[in-house]
Amino acid sequence: MSHRLRVNPIACEAHGMCAELLPEAIALDEWGYPIVDDRPLPPALLDHARRAAQACPTFALLLTRERERDRDRVS
Amino acid sequence: MLDVSGSESSPAAAGPAGELPRLLRGIPPHGAMSLDGHLAAHGPAAAYHRRRGRRAESPLIEQIARAGLRGHGGAGFPTATKLRAVAGSRGRAIVVVNAAEGEPASLKDRTLMHALPHLVLDGAQLAAEAVSADELIVCVCESAPASVDSTALALAERRGLDGDSARAQVAAVPGHYLAGQESALVNHLGGGPAIPTFTPPMVFQQGVRRRPTLVANAETLAHIALIARHGPDWFRQLGTPSQPGSALVTLSGAIVHPGVYEIEHGASLVSLVDAAGGAYGSPRALLLGGYGGSWIDGRLLRGVALSDEHLAPHGASLGAGVVALLSADACPVAETVRVTRWLADQSSGQCGPCVHGLDSIATCVEEIAGGVAQANATQRVVQLAALVHRRGACGHPDGAARFVSSALDAFAPELADHARHGPCEDCARPGQLPLPVFGRPPAPTREPISLR
Repeated sequence: MSHRLRVNPIACEAHGMCAELLPEAIALDEWGYPIVDDRPLPPALLDHARRAAQACPTFALLLTRERERDRDRVS
Repeated sequence: MLDVSGSESSPAAAGPAGELPRLLRGIPPHGAMSLDGHLAAHGPAAAYHRRRGRRAESPLIEQIARAGLRGHGGAGFPTATKLRAVAGSRGRAIVVVNAAEGEPASLKDRTLMHALPHLVLDGAQLAAEAVSADELIVCVCESAPASVDSTALALAERRGLDGDSARAQVAAVPGHYLAGQESALVNHLGGGPAIPTFTPPMVFQQGVRRRPTLVANAETLAHIALIARHGPDWFRQLGTPSQPGSALVTLSGAIVHPGVYEIEHGASLVSLVDAAGGAYGSPRALLLGGYGGSWIDGRLLRGVALSDEHLAPHGASLGAGVVALLSADACPVAETVRVTRWLADQSSGQCGPCVHGLDSIATCVEEIAGGVAQANATQRVVQLAALVHRRGACGHPDGAARFVSSALDAFAPELADHARHGPCEDCARPGQLPLPVFGRPPAPTREPISLR
């Protein structure tokens, strides 16, 4: 089962914690908003991705499980 | 093709299958078609009886799938797929008729609600039955009061009509660009501001009052009313195999008789323009789809057909049926600047990339038009357009990026000229593309975050 990252752009306030914690998959644009790599996450990054999602001050970073993508459950 | 100004009003009797008009059949030159007039023009709505057994699908959905009907609100999503998603969601569904029509260059939905409300309401009731909805909310733009009134009168006329199973009401909705975006409409109907929300939940799962909600464009529902009467084979007798049927098109700009026309998908662009009395001069360019659509060169007037497969090689689509002609004496750069700034102002201000990106794009295009831009400004617009793509909660930044990118392609010589020499003589002319002065989007309200 693969995981992907997604941003809720309405909730995101450009704190930038996610890019700090997961630079392998998240870059910041010129205004500080995250640009996420939305390909399936390599398993080695999964724990880091979880930590990045939990660290987001506005819970705007979502880690979604592929099979349940349409429900976008935060794992 | 038929003009809604209706100088040649069509006979009420049912015509041969492969003929136009379909939706606009018998449209009155003034005012609304009454229920009696509507039934005389189209016959009674076919009875699609409630599905037998709770799990069986309504036969109408299968008919719509076979007809190949796609949404006419702009996105072109397959209608049967949407109906199935709503029908398959848990809970009693609600149907929302979307005639919010925030698109400034489109008049087709308000025209339908004003002149032919019963065709849309037939389709809405049929759709409600197909997804087992017991409630119908008809959303009409408040900037079209005649359409709001006509819808209310039509609903009163239908009270107790055999076959109408859902309770229906009309709702006047704000006129800003994104008010008709489906999550914005649901947000508004739930008492919130008419601005988009993050999905999921998708509205087909949790929409108005958290119930499964079908948000369908008014014209799409009008097509359903006719598919229910005549079947999918009849529907497919017009159009192309990949885009069957007819479509309403709003023609505006440098054209002798602007207005709403019904075309067959795949009809030549020039036949539409000729039916509208022709263009004033040879147009410099045409805007297709809407303000989130694409410019194409005016020389393509004689070379393209109005279907998505024919328009795709030119980077365009029919979208919400907008066709706007820009005359040769207009400044395409000034028109692009005005619309780009307007699109930036119509951002609902919720998503960072949209707020900052569209403003930066508009500023950059303004600087190019004023001759004060840096040397690489055009390249910067290309980068910004790519940067905002798919980074909003709704498709607004994507549409604005598409619009400005197509302008860079279509107006490269004029843009280079402005960048070098500043404003041209034609820059000061009044704009040809309509820009509403009303309707700034409401300010977003940030909900308190609850810890789980």
